Amino acid sequence: MRMKVLVIAAAFLAGISTAHAAGEKIELPDVEWSWEGPFGTFDKAQLQRGLQVYTEVCATCHSLNLLAYRDLAALGYGEEEIKAYAANYEVEDGPDDAGEMFTRVAIPSDRFLPPFPNENAARASNNGAYPPDLSLMTKARKNGANYLYAMMIGYSDEIPEDVALMEGMNYQKYFAGHQIAMPQPLYGDDIEYADGTEATLEQEARDVTAFLAWAAEPELEDRKSMGIKVLLFLGVLFVMVIAVKKAVWRNVKH
Amino acid sequence: MATKTEFNNPVIRWVDERLPVFTYLDHEYNQFPMPKNLNYWWNFGALASVALVVMILTGIMLAMQYTAHVDLAFESVERIMRDVNYGWLLRYIHMNGASMFFIVVYIHLFRGLYYGSYKAPRELLWMLGVVIILLMMATAFMGYVLPWGQMSFWGATVITNLFSAIPIVGDWIVTWLWGGFSVDNPTLNRFYALHYLMPFVLFAVVGLHVVALHVNGSTNPTGVEVQSPRDTVSFHPYFTAKDSVGLVAFLFVFAAFVFFAPNFFGEPDNYIKANPLQTPPHIVPEWYFLPFYAILRAVPDNFIGAWMGFTLISAKLAGVIAMFGSIAVLFLLPWLDTSKVRSARFRPWYKWFFWLFLLDCLLLGYIGSQPAEGIFIWIGRGATAWYFAHFLVFFPLLGWFETPKPLPTSISEPVLKEDS
Ligand code: HEC
Ligand code: HEM
Repeated sequence: MRMKVLVIAAAFLAGISTAHAAGEKIELPDVEWSWEGPFGTFDKAQLQRGLQVYTEVCATCHSLNLLAYRDLAALGYGEEEIKAYAANYEVEDGPDDAGEMFTRVAIPSDRFLPPFPNENAARASNNGAYPPDLSLMTKARKNGANYLYAMMIGYSDEIPEDVALMEGMNYQKYFAGHQIAMPQPLYGDDIEYADGTEATLEQEARDVTAFLAWAAEPELEDRKSMGIKVLLFLGVLFVMVIAVKKAVWRNVKH
Repeated sequence: MATKTEFNNPVIRWVDERLPVFTYLDHEYNQFPMPKNLNYWWNFGALASVALVVMILTGIMLAMQYTAHVDLAFESVERIMRDVNYGWLLRYIHMNGASMFFIVVYIHLFRGLYYGSYKAPRELLWMLGVVIILLMMATAFMGYVLPWGQMSFWGATVITNLFSAIPIVGDWIVTWLWGGFSVDNPTLNRFYALHYLMPFVLFAVVGLHVVALHVNGSTNPTGVEVQSPRDTVSFHPYFTAKDSVGLVAFLFVFAAFVFFAPNFFGEPDNYIKANPLQTPPHIVPEWYFLPFYAILRAVPDNFIGAWMGFTLISAKLAGVIAMFGSIAVLFLLPWLDTSKVRSARFRPWYKWFFWLFLLDCLLLGYIGSQPAEGIFIWIGRGATAWYFAHFLVFFPLLGWFETPKPLPTSISEPVLKEDS
């Protein structure tokens, strides 16, 4: 009886997970990320490098609307560094006392400045395609981190014969339909890392993925460390309630 | 509540003489006699109550930060996740809590099926349970719309569109439900209002469910009614202790999902803001609706026509009827089951049909998650046919053809035998 229940539960869970994986099958590369597993954490140096990739490359096309500059404190930056980073951008503010809108440099409490004022402007500069906001990208795709990484490294000049590229599209091994409007964003050596790390394509791709994974789940480290404590607590409590139950039922025959 | 309980505390006594809530609590949750042979499958009703309370509490706190407007809803949920203190915890508890609630209630329901809990004199108790399931579904469906992601929007569109299958007034009803000509801001607003309201209705129905339960008390794994005080133990401390074991185990599983796989039950598409101009490639409902979704899509075009020679109703309407029918048959179950014996333990054939039915439901769930094409269509139809046959054919026939095993004369008998 117990076995039967276990087998059925297992079959059910397997059913759910295959249901989730269903759809067009494209094997994604499987990278080992530092934040995976119950004890996983982000690597701050990597997040800083990823921020650099985002700032110097992706930010020309993609917004990061859900992040404020002050959130960068989580990457290990100090207040002054964040102020300096924000000061690279100008935002519109107002109206002032005279009723005029004006521009000022961004401050830490501002949201990341989007590259385009609206969707139409973004499309107009990208052959009609819309570069989506990246704040939740790793949560908005199945197997998100590996997917994002694959988006970075999946370009190739050798186009298989069965793929007929449309005007303005690029061959991308891992994208559904294998063609994507985004031109290859990273080639390797696109940036000079502030910490001196060698900027290979894979390195840049991993770093920007890590940064965006953090951007999507800034609570991840808090969540996992609290989770460990909660499960430990419940584990101990479980042993105790079992003992109590045994003691209470000691004299009952059933 | 015939006899009043005597309390030592003067305040409690003063209140109780005027409003006997303490007597009630004492009778129903302290002295209440419980069959002593209940197994852990009898934990799940208590777990469902806890899940409901958790949902209401986290829901109220989320509501303090949430904004029900198509331009702001998605961002307000992300604000909760990022800027509200422990907002991510509240939201992940509420999100996973819905799945936990359904798992617990489905197990509770299958416990009832296995042990024949729906039989006289517990028919109304069972039917209130079915009402609870329906209310839960409506609540969960509307709640899923609130974050205003892609699946929120398109799920709402698909499901509300079902009502257009109703002859003549269908389209009018859909427009009325939407408050416009598509799922839009008015729809979001009313879904929010209803999503806040319905859990309290649910709470009231659960109250009735518990009142009905305490009239005849729980059944038990043997299905033989309690005959003497020898068969029972008091609710406290025996079942408070036993339910605590189940509760802590449940919270452990719950927490494991909340903290380590909070998006396991979710769809990635719901992290994309709703876009009425872009249909996602697969619109799938939440996992707990999948079996019903499969039944909805199982009815072939012109099924009724091929059968009767003319088209009475559209396939869509037939699908909707089948879907609602799949729950409606549960209301009839107490009268469809003709067996005199309650528990599947003593029903050698029914036991097999029970497990086959459980597998059938899981299969329907799998089919519901797949695109309606090729072999899946045929499996879905077969599984749907089995679902209805289980209630409408097997249940009535089994009662007549099955020879049950001999029943113990009382709950205590097997234990006493072991002793001697
Ligand atoms: C020249 C502009 C441009 C740059 C620079 C750029 N992208 Fe894109 N990106 C686009 C466009 C346009 C799309 C939409 C593609 C489509 O839908 O076919 C896109 C889509 C994407 C997608 C979504 C793919 C999907 O599944 O829908 C991701 C992820 C992405 N970009 C990541 C990045 C990252 C990370 C960088 C920086 C390393 C970057 N992009 C740099 C233009 C750009
Ligand atoms: C919000 C959801 C629900 C809550 C909170 C709830 C609560 C409870 C509680 C506390 C019990 C007593 C403990 C137990 O027997 O496990 C109970 C018993 C029962 N419930 Fe529910 N219930 C819910 C849903 C349902 C549903 C959906 C059904 C069936 C369709 C159902 C049918 C029954 C039956 C038949 C019993 C008596 C079981 C027996 O004694 O054998 N309940 N319920």
